[in-house]
Amino acid sequence: MENASVYPVPQEEAAVAESILAVIVDNEPGVLSRVIGLISARGYNIESLTVAEVDAEKHRSRITVVTRGTPQKIEQIKAQLGRLVPVRRVIDISEETDALTRELALVKIVSTGDKRVEAMRLAEIFRARPLDTTHTSFIFEVTGARDKINAFLDLLKPLGLTEVSRTGVLSIRRGSEAE
Amino acid sequence: MMTLLDKTEARAPAQSAPVAELEPTQKAGAELLLDALEEQGVEVIFGYPGGAVLPIYDALHQRETIRHVMVRHEQGAVHAAEGYARSSGKVGVVLVTSGPGATNAVTGLTDALLDSIPLVCITGQVARGLIGTDAFQECDTIGITRACTKHNYLVGDARDLPAIVHEAFHVARNGRPGPVLIDIPKDVQFERAEYVTRRVARQRNCIVTPPVQPKEIERAVELMRQAHRPVFYTGGGVINAGVEASAALRALARETGFPVTSTLMGLGAFPASDPQWLGMLGMHGSFEANNAMHGCDLMIAVGARFDDRVTGRLDAFSPGSRKIQIDIDPSSVNKIVKVDMPIIGDAGTILEALLTQWRKRENEAAAARSRLSEWNAQIQTWRGKNSFAFKNSDQVIKPQFAIERLYQMTRGKDVYITTEVGQHQMWAAQHFHFDDPNRWMTSGGLGTMGYGLPAAIGVQIAHPDALVIDIAGDASVQMMMQEMSTAIQHDLPVKIFILNNEYLGMVRQWQELLHDGRYSHTYSESLPDFVKLAEAYGGAGLRVEKPGELDDAIKEMLAIDKPVLFDCRVSGEENVFPMIPSGAAHNQMLFGGAFTGDEVSKEGRVQV
Repeated sequence: MENASVYPVPQEEAAVAESILAVIVDNEPGVLSRVIGLISARGYNIESLTVAEVDAEKHRSRITVVTRGTPQKIEQIKAQLGRLVPVRRVIDISEETDALTRELALVKIVSTGDKRVEAMRLAEIFRARPLDTTHTSFIFEVTGARDKINAFLDLLKPLGLTEVSRTGVLSIRRGSEAE
Repeated sequence: MMTLLDKTEARAPAQSAPVAELEPTQKAGAELLLDALEEQGVEVIFGYPGGAVLPIYDALHQRETIRHVMVRHEQGAVHAAEGYARSSGKVGVVLVTSGPGATNAVTGLTDALLDSIPLVCITGQVARGLIGTDAFQECDTIGITRACTKHNYLVGDARDLPAIVHEAFHVARNGRPGPVLIDIPKDVQFERAEYVTRRVARQRNCIVTPPVQPKEIERAVELMRQAHRPVFYTGGGVINAGVEASAALRALARETGFPVTSTLMGLGAFPASDPQWLGMLGMHGSFEANNAMHGCDLMIAVGARFDDRVTGRLDAFSPGSRKIQIDIDPSSVNKIVKVDMPIIGDAGTILEALLTQWRKRENEAAAARSRLSEWNAQIQTWRGKNSFAFKNSDQVIKPQFAIERLYQMTRGKDVYITTEVGQHQMWAAQHFHFDDPNRWMTSGGLGTMGYGLPAAIGVQIAHPDALVIDIAGDASVQMMMQEMSTAIQHDLPVKIFILNNEYLGMVRQWQELLHDGRYSHTYSESLPDFVKLAEAYGGAGLRVEKPGELDDAIKEMLAIDKPVLFDCRVSGEENVFPMIPSGAAHNQMLFGGAFTGDEVSKEGRVQV
């Protein structure tokens, strides 16, 4: 497709990679809109986003953004986020070797017979926990890295997968260093 | 977790207790606001009253410490504050009402955001209990202005108001400056609370300028010592960094012998009369400036952001150079062009550190000069092209000639120039020359037609005895023409020098270049009689149509001690040259003459 923008698209030579950013913010009205607004206004991608208060005394929230881009683009996103007044810190989790990332998914399977048995077996392999059961359905809770959850969902597709709810990625750095 | 209602409702019961009314040191929110503005050194507010700011206007009425300049349109208030801020180095303050007051201010705020002008804009809001109910003159000011301010605040409680004002000024001034908005619900303006001084107010650790890194300075100077074809590429950031930064730039340029070019926004930081000055660069910049940028081996960008008007085709931008970028804003570095060495910090501080480091080696100046001799000779050849030259006429006034005469006849005066946006703006940048910073106010980033007249008003407020001229076009000037009334009311003798070519000239030029001269809706039909219009407002009007009458008319304009609309009838078909067409590189400039129709590449045609 031809460039739809009126501005030129510079040839991006560097490889596009996924990046996980933890953004520590003052929990004040509108802070989430600021972060999301900045990302959408500048045309960056968001693959997942989670947010919750993590320190009630200091009114700090942690926003975890999964985004994609060239290294230059990711640096730009970090710098732009860093300019926002309520943003206290931007941590590039993907720069860390072996950072821990987890996501939780709730999955509804509607099936009977062999398919139902197979879904049960897969759930065991993925250490998914059944939260609710009827004769024709299961709801599983599964946690893990995003790839693991994607793999689980792919396998469940032919087995009656009907509904999915995911938290988006959470992340934390290994070792003793704190935010 | 982050809804507005949570916070306001949670706090609402605490504040209306009758005990608070009796506390003698407590004041109404409107008074707290003015106290905080006073403490921040605010002398002037540009504003327009309305229902949601009545308590603030009432408080203002009883104070003589702050002057209020009433405008005729809220956009004018913001541009006036921009002119005030840009010409004085202070923060401009705007006060407007809710709803339409706030939405009318949006263009001005966006303009200030793109050109990094420090402003604090106070907007009224409907009472807290009415927010979200589509009340009369309610709009989601915070939502609307989030994208066009550096930061904005909704004041949920009068107790927070002083600290918010102090932080707003901190945010507006520091880092890359910009507009900050404070939205104050009407009941908060009545609500009573204690004042909090700047010193004890809650200080968030935001927008901190890092200290100079000696290692970076050493490495940068090492690159400068090795350069054979260096150039300083300076921008509006040098102006924002204050007169000290301009002084440091001059000193460093003189000692190193490096040539200097500047963006539209940076004009005046380096004196145009200096032999090392290359003129403005970019789309309508000089031949020598653009070629120096293209051919340099070391580019030192100072407070400049590699705007598309400056870089031209990106993949052909200054291909053979190492690049040092000095900027106070980390997000401006490597945004468009990848640089070899970013230095984050205040332009003045960094330039001074570079100078100190440069001076550490003796005889450096002499060595540099001999190293640069070939480069200087090359630049001299480019200068010989005389790229701003135009063909004059004794029949019609050429717009370039009009500006040349205006420049010559105002030399030696304490003169400040503002412009609107379009051809006249480029001619002013090319033919009016600035030797000092803060003398040139123009809308560079957003390109806002209508900026110049209200900006001139703001400049005249900051410099009551100076000569303030808005170099305007016949189309732009009509966008904020109502501000003539403001100028009259406040005795501001601004001179509006209209280059009247009866066209939306720049758009017409692009139609000639890109659309085979099909001038779709760019002829200014039904222009007003500017002379009568000026008189109707209570100002003076002058019209000149022949080149021979120009000097006398300018002399007459300068002698009039009230606002003047100067209708300078100029030739209609003149184009701005030189020009780097869209999609072309710095060394592919067009010069005077008619367009042939194939100047712009296919890729270039889709660009603005």
